[in-house]
Amino acid sequence: MNNNSLWSDALYRLSRNRAAMFGGFILILLIFCAALAPWIAPYSYSYQDLNLGASPPSGEHLLGTDILGRDLLSRILYGARISLLVGFVATGVALVIGVSWGIIAGYMGGRVDSIMMRIVDVLYGLPFIIFIILLMVIFGRNLWLLFGAIGAVEWLTMARIVRGQVIGLKNQEFVLAAQAMGVSNFSMFRRHLLPNILGPIAVYATLTIPQVMLLEGFLSFLGLGIQPPMSSWGTLIKDGVESMEEYSWLLIYPGITFTITLFALNFFGDGLRDALDPKTSDN
Amino acid sequence: MLSIFFRRIFLAIPVLFAVASITFFLIKLAPGGPFDADKAVSPQVLKNLNEAYNLDASNWEQYVDYMSNLLRGDLGPSFRFPGRSVTEMITTGLPVTFELAFYAILIALLMGVFSGVLAALKRNTFLDFIPMAIAMIGICVPTFLMGPLLVLVFGINLEVLPVSGWGQLPGDKILPSLTLGFAYAAYIARLSRGGMLEVLNQDFIRTARAKGLTERMVVIKHAMQGGLIPVVSFLGPAIAGLLAGSFVVETIFQIPGLGRFYVEAAFNRDYTMILGTTIFFSAMIVFFNLLSDLAALWLNPRSRDSS
Repeated sequence: MNNNSLWSDALYRLSRNRAAMFGGFILILLIFCAALAPWIAPYSYSYQDLNLGASPPSGEHLLGTDILGRDLLSRILYGARISLLVGFVATGVALVIGVSWGIIAGYMGGRVDSIMMRIVDVLYGLPFIIFIILLMVIFGRNLWLLFGAIGAVEWLTMARIVRGQVIGLKNQEFVLAAQAMGVSNFSMFRRHLLPNILGPIAVYATLTIPQVMLLEGFLSFLGLGIQPPMSSWGTLIKDGVESMEEYSWLLIYPGITFTITLFALNFFGDGLRDALDPKTSDN
Repeated sequence: MLSIFFRRIFLAIPVLFAVASITFFLIKLAPGGPFDADKAVSPQVLKNLNEAYNLDASNWEQYVDYMSNLLRGDLGPSFRFPGRSVTEMITTGLPVTFELAFYAILIALLMGVFSGVLAALKRNTFLDFIPMAIAMIGICVPTFLMGPLLVLVFGINLEVLPVSGWGQLPGDKILPSLTLGFAYAAYIARLSRGGMLEVLNQDFIRTARAKGLTERMVVIKHAMQGGLIPVVSFLGPAIAGLLAGSFVVETIFQIPGLGRFYVEAAFNRDYTMILGTTIFFSAMIVFFNLLSDLAALWLNPRSRDSS
C-alpha cells in the first residue's frame, strides 16, 4: 500500500463521517472569520459607544454591547484570533517537543529510552497547571510565555504516542535498509520515520487543540492568561460572568461560541482518528 | 504488590524534592521583593522586615533553611497575612476543598459509571446515544462556563439554590459539587462504556453466562470488575484536574478553600504561600496517583497474581 492510497482512503472515510465534516466546516468558517476579523467585524474591538452602555442584542449590534458599550460580535470575532492562535501555536510547541522526544526515545531504545520515558512518567504525575500559573505570576502575563508554558505541558502524551509508533517501525526492512546505507540519525528521523507516523500525529494534534484552548480559557478566566485590552474567549466569558445577573447575553454568546468550537474540534479529531485508523473505531 | 509500592514511594521522594527545589529557585527569580508592592516603606523598616523573614541571608542559606523546615512540616509565614503561617492556611482551606472534591467525585462516579455501564449494555440504542451525547456536552462545556450557567439558571432565574457560599445556606453545596463533578462524570461515562464493551465480549463473560448466572450477576460481579479498571486508573490523574477545577469553582462560588487561597496568593504575589501550596499540591497528586495505580493493579487479576 503506498502513501497516496492511505491518505486518499482516509479522506474518503472522513468525507463519509457527517459529524466530522460538520466540525471541519465550522472550523474553516471560524478560521476565516478570525483571519478576516478586521474586515468583517462591524466595529473595532475597542470602539465604545458610551451612550449605549450594556445594551441587549439589536439590529445595530447583533449580539448587543458590553458594559463599556463595545460591540460584542466584534469582540467575539477578534477574540477568535487570540483563542485560535493560542490553540494552534501552543499545540505546535507541544508537537515539536513531543515528536522529537518520542522519536529519539523510540529509535535509540535501551538506556536512553528508559531515562527519557521515565522523565515523561514523572512529569505526568505533577500538577502542571500550577506550574503554568507559577510561571505567569513570576514572569508576567505575556502571550509568548503563555504559548510556551501551555505547549511545554501538553507534549507528554504526544511523546508517548510517537515513541510507541517508532518502536513498531524501527525493525522494519526499510529502516534496516536505510541504516545499512549509513543514513545519519537526523535524516533517518526526518525522511524515514516521520512520514510514517504523520497519521497518529495529525490525529493527536487535532485533539490537543481543544485541550489547549480550554487551558487558555481557564487561565484567562482566573485573570492569569490574556490581559486587556486584548481579549480571548476566556476573558470574554470572565467579563460575562461578572455582569451576568443583569446582562446575561454577555455570558451566553461567548459561551456558545467557545462550546461550539470545542465541539467542532472534538468531532473533527474523532473523525480523523477513525478515518486514519479504522481499527480503533468501535462502532 | 508490596515491592511495587515501595519502589514507587522511593521514586516519589526525589521527585518531590526536585519540585520543592525548582519552585523555590523559580520564585527567587521573580522580580521585586515581597514587600515592595503597595506603599513604599522606609529602608529601615524594609531592613527589619527582611531580617524578620530571614530574607537577608544568601539564597543558598535560605534554601537550606526552607528545606529543613519543610521536613518538619513548617512551610514558613505568609507574606501577605502577617501572623499567619502557610501551614495554618493550608489546614484551614484543605477540609473545605476536600469536601468539595469528595462530593464532586461521588457525583462523577455515580452518574458516570451508571450511564457508562448502561450505554455499554444497551449499545447502539437510545440509552447509549443519549448519555453519550450528554457526556460530549460535559467534555466540551468547560467548568468555568458550566458553573456560571448553572448559577444563572438555578440561582438567578429559578431562585431555587443559593448562588454562592459553602455551608452557610441550605443547599449551597449542591451547585459547586455539581459543577465540579459534571465534567468528570462525562469522562467516567466514556471510560466505563469503553471498558465494559471490551470486557463484555470476552470468554469469561460467556462462561459466566453459560453457568446460568443472571445477567445482573454477570454484569455486577464479573464484567464491572474488569471493565472499570480504566475508571480507577483515571481517578489518580483526575485528582490533579479536580484541583485545577477547584480553583475555578471556589472562585465562582466564593468558597473559602485551598483553591481560592492559591489563586489569591497568585494575584497577591504571596510567594511563600505559592511555594508552600505548590509543594503540598504536588505531594498530594503524587500520592493519589500512586493510590490509583495500585488499585488498578490490584483489580486486574493478571497483574495481581503475577506479583
